[in-house]
Amino acid sequence: MALRDQLSLWAENAKVILGVPSYRLYREHMARHHPERALMSEAQFFRNRQDARYGKGGGGKCC
Amino acid sequence: MGLLRSGREGKHLTNIRNLGWIVLALLGAMALGVIATARGEPVNAIWIVAAAVSVYLIAYRFYARYISDKVLRLDPARPTPAARHADGLDFVPTNRNVLFGHHFAAIAGAGPLVGPVLAAQMGYLPGLLWILAGVVVAGAVQDFIILFISMRRDGRSLGELIRMEMGQVAGTIALFGAFTIMVIILAVLSLIVVRALTGSPWGMFTVAATIPLAIVMGVYMRWIRPGRVGEASIIGLIGLFLAIVYGREVAESATWGPLFTFTPVQLCWILIGYGAVASMLPVWLLLAPRDYLSTFLKIGAIAALAIGIVVTAPPLQMPALTKFVDGSGPVWSGSLFPFLFITIACGAVSGFHALIASGTTPKLIASEGDARFIGYGAMLMESFVAVMALVAASIIEPGIYFAMNSPAAVVGTDPASAAAAVSAMGFAISPETIAQTARDVGETTIISRAGGAPTLAVGMAHIFSQLIGGKAMMAFWYHFAILFEALFILTAVDAGTRSGRFMLQDLIGLAVPSFRNSSSLVPSVVGTILCVSAWGFFLYQGVTDPLGGVNTLWPLFGISNQMLAAVALMLGTVVLFRMKHERFAWVTLIPTAWLLLCTITASLMKLFSADPRVGFLAHAQGYSDALARGELIAPAKSAAEMASIVFNDRIDAALCAVFLFVVLAILFFAVRTCLAARRLPAPSVHEIPETALAA
Repeated sequence: MALRDQLSLWAENAKVILGVPSYRLYREHMARHHPERALMSEAQFFRNRQDARYGKGGGGKCC
Repeated sequence: MGLLRSGREGKHLTNIRNLGWIVLALLGAMALGVIATARGEPVNAIWIVAAAVSVYLIAYRFYARYISDKVLRLDPARPTPAARHADGLDFVPTNRNVLFGHHFAAIAGAGPLVGPVLAAQMGYLPGLLWILAGVVVAGAVQDFIILFISMRRDGRSLGELIRMEMGQVAGTIALFGAFTIMVIILAVLSLIVVRALTGSPWGMFTVAATIPLAIVMGVYMRWIRPGRVGEASIIGLIGLFLAIVYGREVAESATWGPLFTFTPVQLCWILIGYGAVASMLPVWLLLAPRDYLSTFLKIGAIAALAIGIVVTAPPLQMPALTKFVDGSGPVWSGSLFPFLFITIACGAVSGFHALIASGTTPKLIASEGDARFIGYGAMLMESFVAVMALVAASIIEPGIYFAMNSPAAVVGTDPASAAAAVSAMGFAISPETIAQTARDVGETTIISRAGGAPTLAVGMAHIFSQLIGGKAMMAFWYHFAILFEALFILTAVDAGTRSGRFMLQDLIGLAVPSFRNSSSLVPSVVGTILCVSAWGFFLYQGVTDPLGGVNTLWPLFGISNQMLAAVALMLGTVVLFRMKHERFAWVTLIPTAWLLLCTITASLMKLFSADPRVGFLAHAQGYSDALARGELIAPAKSAAEMASIVFNDRIDAALCAVFLFVVLAILFFAVRTCLAARRLPAPSVHEIPETALAA
């Protein structure tokens, strides 16, 4: 794997650890299963996930 | 962890592997032997780390695998919710190592850092043994089994799982219990922040600076460069670093210093106001960005602490056992059994994890085969954090430890009185050492800062300053450690108030349906005010308590958290019975029985003990009798203060009784369900069938 791809994979993994899902996987999933549906842009996706994670509480955090 | 997977590469290799496990077992036994037999000479922290890691690896390899293969019979071929419902949003099959990080970041908070520090008053040995035994037999088992149960039920939450397997009433009781537990957690976490920041302009400035920093990050990620979490986090971390560096100048400035210097009661009101406002702001503005910062800081600081302990190899100064095992300790009252086992909750067993293990993680898990690594393994990791906190509290001089953690009513407020009082306890210390330690960490005083965070910060500053910067950097590291804890406590206050508000709105919504509409202003303001008042009440009570507050609130937190763990393990038992795997039910029955024994004993003692240092009602009785005679008992200065102490005690007692009711009610439902399941000829679990496909 090229260094650039390695780095972006690391960045993607670090985001998942923080609770920010991967846009790449979302896009792939939509392309494979729902090509007819409208795709959220990366910015829309980020906002949608952030609101979903923290909206009704703490985003699943412990004491 | 690939090494831990057994292979089928032939008998020769198997023998070599077994040899490895035998060597590891011997190493662990030797480390524990050194710890147990060393008397009079200090034990090096490396032995503690070696013993802990050996225990974890052996438990993971043998016991966790037994649970996974025999008790739960995990099936890697069975589709997980992430596979069945894959949507690229909530349900995403995730790499096991990444998910481990995510799950660990969600379960590890301030809890495993505080409990062990408080427990160190009995010496390091009782706490260490309970952390190790507790995690292997109870804590990690609970996390693993709840993750398993939720994973087989589309990632449903704990309340829903209890409702599915034990009925509607049991589910509602458990949810109500979870709400009261959250109130206590928010109060006790806020109290820790109050104790750490009182009269500390440097600490207060750095913590306050996180608010504008988070807002800058939030705006950056929302509007300027949407979704660029990495860039925003770098900006935030640089800002935090500058805030710690310039915090000293702010603190020493004649104009700025006093603006960041607060009394405990002022800080209490600031936190209450903060909780109310922050939980009503949009999540992207403050909560989410600060959560990212705090997660980075948490993982970084924990990794640095592990490296620091291994590299600097500090000897433990605290004795293995102190005379306070009898329950007469100044930090918290109560004898070793049952109170040690509720003082250290997180790190040994934490009921709150059941909420996380039935939250996001089961929706992300790619294969059932990963559940052991994530459920059991991440809890072992949290336990290791608790062991490190215990080490950090035990490497500082015991005299400093007791000066920092004893209430002002016992040690006074100046170095001379503290040195005299602590030396009288049998831990010789000079006033000069106490004053010098305060100067080293850049504070005016370190006396009577109970609550764990400041003690841990002194310990961490000792370790980090030996790695980088020497004595000159100690104050920097101390404030770094305070910031690191305060950051995720404030995130918890914000997030907890928010979820408490939604729970309350739903409850009120049963009577007034318009309250369920969370977006309109009146319901959210009313919900927030009610939730903030609930934890604010306990916080104010703790802050004004002459015995330091920790003495009252921490046992309540521990009891409630361990009771939630007992509830989760009872759910596990019910599921095993319903699966017709009841011959393996000892796996959950043993920890359930132990937790019930500890928490029921502790709550009965908190209610009915004749010792006013332990029993809430005895304490209330003492004050109300004196009030009837027209006498005042210090620290109360008026009849009104006397009356409020009596009132607080009775509220605490009532809360204890509520916890007791919740756990006994769930016990009743669990026994009933298990007996019913036994009589049935076939399994009666409500798992999603293996063949069911998502719509």
